[in-house]
Amino acid sequence: MYSASDLRKGLKIEVDGAPYVITDFQFVKPGKGQALYRCKIKNLITGGTVDKTYRAVEKIDKPNLEERDLIYSYADADQFVFMDSSTYEQIHIGNDILGDQRWFLVEDMEVQMLFFNNQPIEVTLPFFVERTIAETEPGVRGDTATNVQKPAKLDNGYEIQVPLFINEGDRVRIDTRTGKYADRVSKGF
Amino acid sequence: MSTLHALRAKQRALTIRATCLTAIRTFFNARGFLEVETPVRVSAPALEPHLDAEPSGTCYLRTSPELHMKQLLCAGYERIYQMGPCFRQAEQGAWHRPEYTMLEWYRTPADYQDILADTRALLVAVSRAVNGEPTVHRNGRAWTLDGDWEVHTVRDLYQRWAGWDPVAAYEADRFDIDWVERIVPVLEAIPTPVIVTDYPAAAAALARRKPGAPEVAERWELFIAGVELANAYSELTDPVEQQARFEACARERQAAGRAVYPIDSAFMAALEAGLPPCGGIALGIDRWVMLLADAQHIDEVNAF
Repeated sequence: MYSASDLRKGLKIEVDGAPYVITDFQFVKPGKGQALYRCKIKNLITGGTVDKTYRAVEKIDKPNLEERDLIYSYADADQFVFMDSSTYEQIHIGNDILGDQRWFLVEDMEVQMLFFNNQPIEVTLPFFVERTIAETEPGVRGDTATNVQKPAKLDNGYEIQVPLFINEGDRVRIDTRTGKYADRVSKGF
Repeated sequence: MSTLHALRAKQRALTIRATCLTAIRTFFNARGFLEVETPVRVSAPALEPHLDAEPSGTCYLRTSPELHMKQLLCAGYERIYQMGPCFRQAEQGAWHRPEYTMLEWYRTPADYQDILADTRALLVAVSRAVNGEPTVHRNGRAWTLDGDWEVHTVRDLYQRWAGWDPVAAYEADRFDIDWVERIVPVLEAIPTPVIVTDYPAAAAALARRKPGAPEVAERWELFIAGVELANAYSELTDPVEQQARFEACARERQAAGRAVYPIDSAFMAALEAGLPPCGGIALGIDRWVMLLADAQHIDEVNAF
């Protein structure tokens, strides 16, 4: 159990049987009244946000969360299979949890998976992943300074905006947190 | 090095703070108020249900200079003001610090309406001195200080926005929760300073009951941009009622497992000798500077 004085931005708590993270936090004390803690909390499963007010005397449940390091193995129909390298346990998860992150999975990639009551609820990839550009208009030389971008397709079909100088076959780095192009690793041949 | 860098970055806010303090002194000195200093370390901090004093040896650091300033009123000082540090345990946040600076002023003969007139004139004068205009800007919005201020009674606010009347039947916990969840968002949206007035007698603290309407206390609070800036009273002058309120508060604190402070006997003796009809107010200087500087955190307007 947490006390109200433990509350802070980023703390994960359990409310009505669901895991939440505190996204906004404010200490308030109305007039001559009691100390209160105003929180905005985000449901870690649905992403929904609600406001909560806690009194100083309140106790808040600690969620049963576990973070594990896993290795991405392979895709199986619409499931993605991860493996615990110490126990060889295989964990299957779907698009509902991965979302757009599924486009950035690379075989043998190390990921962090968050479990709530032993159910996977969130996957965190390495911040940057390298992929090859499969399709884009020919590059324009000498235009490295402008912010103009053009559409491109990765080798797995994911569409992304890239700078004009990028060519088919180039290796690029993508920020998995935003799903956006970060920089070019090497030129294609 | 990073500390020095942070201090340098505060130069604008600290200049606004200094200009604000000077303008406050100019304002009160011109109106015949005497600046006073009363003890910071006290043996008997005012008993309030939710104020915890910081212990200091066998004494406490003051949560407010109120009890000493009222003794000066009893002794015949008619207009007094004070700016200085006050301390409240465990109050920490964007708008709170355990050590902060409070402005209090008292005058006699006067009531809370006279204090309201002082407050309007003070805010306009200080804002002109700091910003060159009677306006504060916050998060891209402007609050004009020299126009009309909206006035709402506590009863009207709760009946309209929370669906109950705390004057008819006061519930302390519900009052606080509805305040932060339902009332403050309404106050935030009002484009003028707002006076919330006539609190339930049960939440009177050191205010007197309203003559002819004893179910409410002559107490108001000032809000700008939803920020609580000041708390004013027609002061309670009746020693019998004061003693009863202190004792009730001591019982409440004891039941809640909080420290119980002694009742200030010098203050009670002064009340017995006679406190003339007076009004008084406490205004948070740090918050006022935050509004003047459009700061987001109280640390931005304090050097350390």
